[in-house]
Amino acid sequence: MSLTLLNVIVAVVIAIAFAAVNAAYLVWAERRGAARIQRRPGPNINGPFGLLQPPLDGIKLMTKQLMIPGGADKILFMVAPVLAMAPAIMSFVTIPFSEGIAAHNMELGVLVIFAFASMGAMAILFAGWGSRNKYSVMASVRAVSQNVSYEIPMLITAITVVMTTGSMDLKEISMAQSGGFWHWNIFPSLQSPLMPISFIIFFICSLAETNRAPFDLGEAESELVAGFHTEYGSMGFGLFFMGEYANIVIGASLTTILFLGGWDCPFGMFPGVWWFLLKIYLLIATFIWIRWTFPRTTIYGLLNLSWKILIPISLFNLLLTAGLLKVF
Amino acid sequence: MNPSMAITEAPGLFTANGLTGLIFLVMMAVTLIGGLIACTAERLVRSVAGLIVCFIGVAALYYFLNSPFVALMQILIYVGAVCITIAFAIMLAAPEENKKNGPAGPLSGPLAFITAGIVTIGLIVMAMRAKFTSLPKVNGGSVKEIGIQFLTSYSMVFELISIVLLIAIIGALVIARAGRSK
Repeated sequence: MSLTLLNVIVAVVIAIAFAAVNAAYLVWAERRGAARIQRRPGPNINGPFGLLQPPLDGIKLMTKQLMIPGGADKILFMVAPVLAMAPAIMSFVTIPFSEGIAAHNMELGVLVIFAFASMGAMAILFAGWGSRNKYSVMASVRAVSQNVSYEIPMLITAITVVMTTGSMDLKEISMAQSGGFWHWNIFPSLQSPLMPISFIIFFICSLAETNRAPFDLGEAESELVAGFHTEYGSMGFGLFFMGEYANIVIGASLTTILFLGGWDCPFGMFPGVWWFLLKIYLLIATFIWIRWTFPRTTIYGLLNLSWKILIPISLFNLLLTAGLLKVF
Repeated sequence: MNPSMAITEAPGLFTANGLTGLIFLVMMAVTLIGGLIACTAERLVRSVAGLIVCFIGVAALYYFLNSPFVALMQILIYVGAVCITIAFAIMLAAPEENKKNGPAGPLSGPLAFITAGIVTIGLIVMAMRAKFTSLPKVNGGSVKEIGIQFLTSYSMVFELISIVLLIAIIGALVIARAGRSK
């Protein structure tokens, strides 16, 4: 009993630390990546390659005063950043990084992550409404409608993968793909020939779910100042930022586990946590690359893409997979 | 647990039963506080927040009762979908905040108290008289077992629920499309 309690505490501490370090250094990576794509230097003054920039930014944010705007709904305003960060950290607990490294492997891993991810929309909603700022409210309505509509194709696609594997356990899903890249779920199999399309749908949805460009309508800075976190300064803003990057790491991890074989090596050599990390950071690099090379879509284009293209395709894929599973 | 045995003394706090009871009480408190916020908050958005707290408390109770699937579904559907929809309705309707309802009738207070009292006493009496027998664990809450049960023993209920949902979707579409033709 005490050992499991200790395990849980250690796991939670590691999850928080992993999320925080990733959030800090992904901001750095994002800024450096953006600078490279836009042919400018980016943060390169503090430390080698500007590597000291994230801790210094953190100190700056923490020393700033937390301002609450006059008309704001104080409680919701204070709760929202915490609500943005907490579910993201809780999702980390069930992600298996390799065969031995998983804080608490649950039979329902996929469902745990989706359940906590669905709570993230509430944070945006409270932040926007609590700020009493028209831009914030508009941004939060946009962001939440986007989150809700992209959750559906994402879930349906995940169900397709769960059906072919026959398990919701993230560890088992990874294990089922071990032994070379041709076993990975991203490649079409007899039972689900549309797997590459599933992967693309899932990837698009994870971009949209984490409010990343080209789907960052909730933070469209050219129209809505800064979106739902316009009124947030100091660490309130910091928590939103960390929550966003933690969500990106979770999205990349989930994509890796569901489609890219988890910790499996493409050539069957030395499977382990390093392959997992390599895959998620490659995916995150793609996220950053997409953000700085594509223009933002409109809100109608965004919702149409989900409801008229992604959901029908993913439903068809689900039906096809269900039928073929019965045949083969 | 022996049902007929009256609870003569409270278990110590640091025994297994005591801690379980404490956790149960915390969950009850979270659920009740959430419900109270949902009922009494003046701002509707805060009511939704209270409802979310209440749902999370209920989800925790499901988890406590060893059915993680139902608990996660509670979070995914009620917190992630139902509450979001309610919040949307609030934002689209943009209600006047801090608006007091009109004066309630003179009987509403006493009647509410009497009803609440009757319900409470009835529940207490039922709980005291009920024989609590501990049932055997059915299937450990595994998804596979739940799925098999849904498509065999309870397939009728399952299909009926899906028909209800289908009707709801069609109704929503009809209402939403009514103004489009003009």
